[in-house]
Amino acid sequence: MAISKEQVTHVADLARLSFTDEELGQFTDQLSQITDMFNELQEVDTKGVEPMTHVVDLVNVLREDVPAAANPQEREALLKNAPDAEDGYIKVPAILDNEGDDGE
Amino acid sequence: MNFETTIGLEVHVELKTKSKMFSPSANEFGDTPNMNTNVIDWGYPGVLPKVNKGAVDFGMRAALALNATIAQDNHFDRKNYFYPDNPKAYQVTQFEQPIGHDGWVEVHLSNGTTKKIGIEELHLEEDAGKNTHTGQYSYVDLNRQGTPLIEIVSKPDMTTPEEAYEYMETLRQVIQFTGVSDVKMEEGSLRVDANISLRPIGQKEYGVKTELKNINSFTYLRKGLEYEEKRQAQILLSGGQIRQETRGFNENTGETVLQRIKEGSDDYRYFPEPDIPPLQISDKWIDEVRASIPEMPHERRKRYINDFGLTENDAQVLTSTLEMANFFEDTVKQDADAKLVSNWLQGEVSAYMNAQKLDLQETKLTPENLATMINLITDGTISSRIAKKVFKETITNGTEPKQWVEDKGMVQLSDPAKLLPMITEVLDNNSQSIDDFKNGKDRAIGFLVGQIMKQTHGQANPKVVNQLLISELKKH
Repeated sequence: MAISKEQVTHVADLARLSFTDEELGQFTDQLSQITDMFNELQEVDTKGVEPMTHVVDLVNVLREDVPAAANPQEREALLKNAPDAEDGYIKVPAILDNEGDDGE
Repeated sequence: MNFETTIGLEVHVELKTKSKMFSPSANEFGDTPNMNTNVIDWGYPGVLPKVNKGAVDFGMRAALALNATIAQDNHFDRKNYFYPDNPKAYQVTQFEQPIGHDGWVEVHLSNGTTKKIGIEELHLEEDAGKNTHTGQYSYVDLNRQGTPLIEIVSKPDMTTPEEAYEYMETLRQVIQFTGVSDVKMEEGSLRVDANISLRPIGQKEYGVKTELKNINSFTYLRKGLEYEEKRQAQILLSGGQIRQETRGFNENTGETVLQRIKEGSDDYRYFPEPDIPPLQISDKWIDEVRASIPEMPHERRKRYINDFGLTENDAQVLTSTLEMANFFEDTVKQDADAKLVSNWLQGEVSAYMNAQKLDLQETKLTPENLATMINLITDGTISSRIAKKVFKETITNGTEPKQWVEDKGMVQLSDPAKLLPMITEVLDNNSQSIDDFKNGKDRAIGFLVGQIMKQTHGQANPKVVNQLLISELKKH
């Protein structure tokens, strides 16, 4: 299954990346080769095999509902590491699109 | 052409755990911005998020209370999108396998009927942070980032805006009684998005739907859906087509307004969350959570009707919120008459709460004080007229009623030994009334009682005065 340039552009848009025409061509070829390689896996008969979501043989790694005390030093360090901060908030260019504002 | 409306609701409920869904930061906001955050909440590389068992318990409790089946093999998925309130650039959610499915609630409609509304699925996920927009910049507070959420997706079973409204009321009530969330729309712990479409009656396929977002109250939900019903019908009747779009509700005009046109489906590129191993829920775990579910509203209503002799309507009003139901029961436990407690809560107490725009727990009233006051009325210590004064003082200032009544000398005068001399005096001064009484004019009694009340500044017990008067009059 060959990947089209449009598909690469679409995925790049979603990831907020922009490529030159040259890069676009290069990535289209590379991604096509990668998906071709994965297509070989389609030949394996998986009838009756449960889908697997995790490779490590672990289940139920849980934490009791106990809150950690607030750590002002960690907060300070995190804010310092943000591109910009003001009054304890992370400061970013205004984004008026409402998407994602409700936990989606 | 007549249309049939189809409505489905997606509801987000914040779970009030102590810590976050995948990190141990405190689950509290309104605090100093970004105070309750750590490297996990900020999405730093290399961190190891861990599932909060308490959040799974709460999610299961909500699912079971809503009659859903629990999925025993769970895993989490990543939903990828870019937005500043989402520092990881993905939200951890359950896309493939929700923790609960096929639930239902029964709603009561205004025409007296009930209807079962299906719940497609409930899934656990995390909330995003909060953006404040001012001019050129947005300011991000990640205190809310990672708050456990349960998203409840209804089946498209609702056919009127009223059904949608009642579904929300019932859902809010049930979840509040489970104790897993405050479910307050004004505080964002309960949020709703609505999908609505119309189709000609008899048509099998659903029509094109629009999505209603940013709804701030149940009333606005109903109004927005009513407007959308009319708007879509008008377009369809004039031969037009509905466009798949997101619309908001304008509270000032009562109209819905276009927010975003949906072109194709959103591309979130879901995939299984690699940092969090699968979650397996045993029968034993389900049983434990089931046993932890507190008494539900419909169970309480049954008890109020059977044990306290209340009406169905009384029971409905008292169980409309958990605070009200608990307050009622705590007051009755202090040996106050259940019917009177119910009347006071629905009457004076609710009127005060509405007038002051306060929740019950924000008033100064306690179950102890309400019980004391009601018992002061039933044992005749105060008149119901005086009770209104006592009530106002108690609910406004938290004053203990018994002491206050004594201090203010508001105790009703019921002692015959004290009342009799006054009655004799009044009768001596009003011989005309005695004649009137003998001639069968009952109004004479009212006049005489009034005289006593006047003399005692309203403190005489009218019932006792009435009895004494009649027996004295008969002696004449």
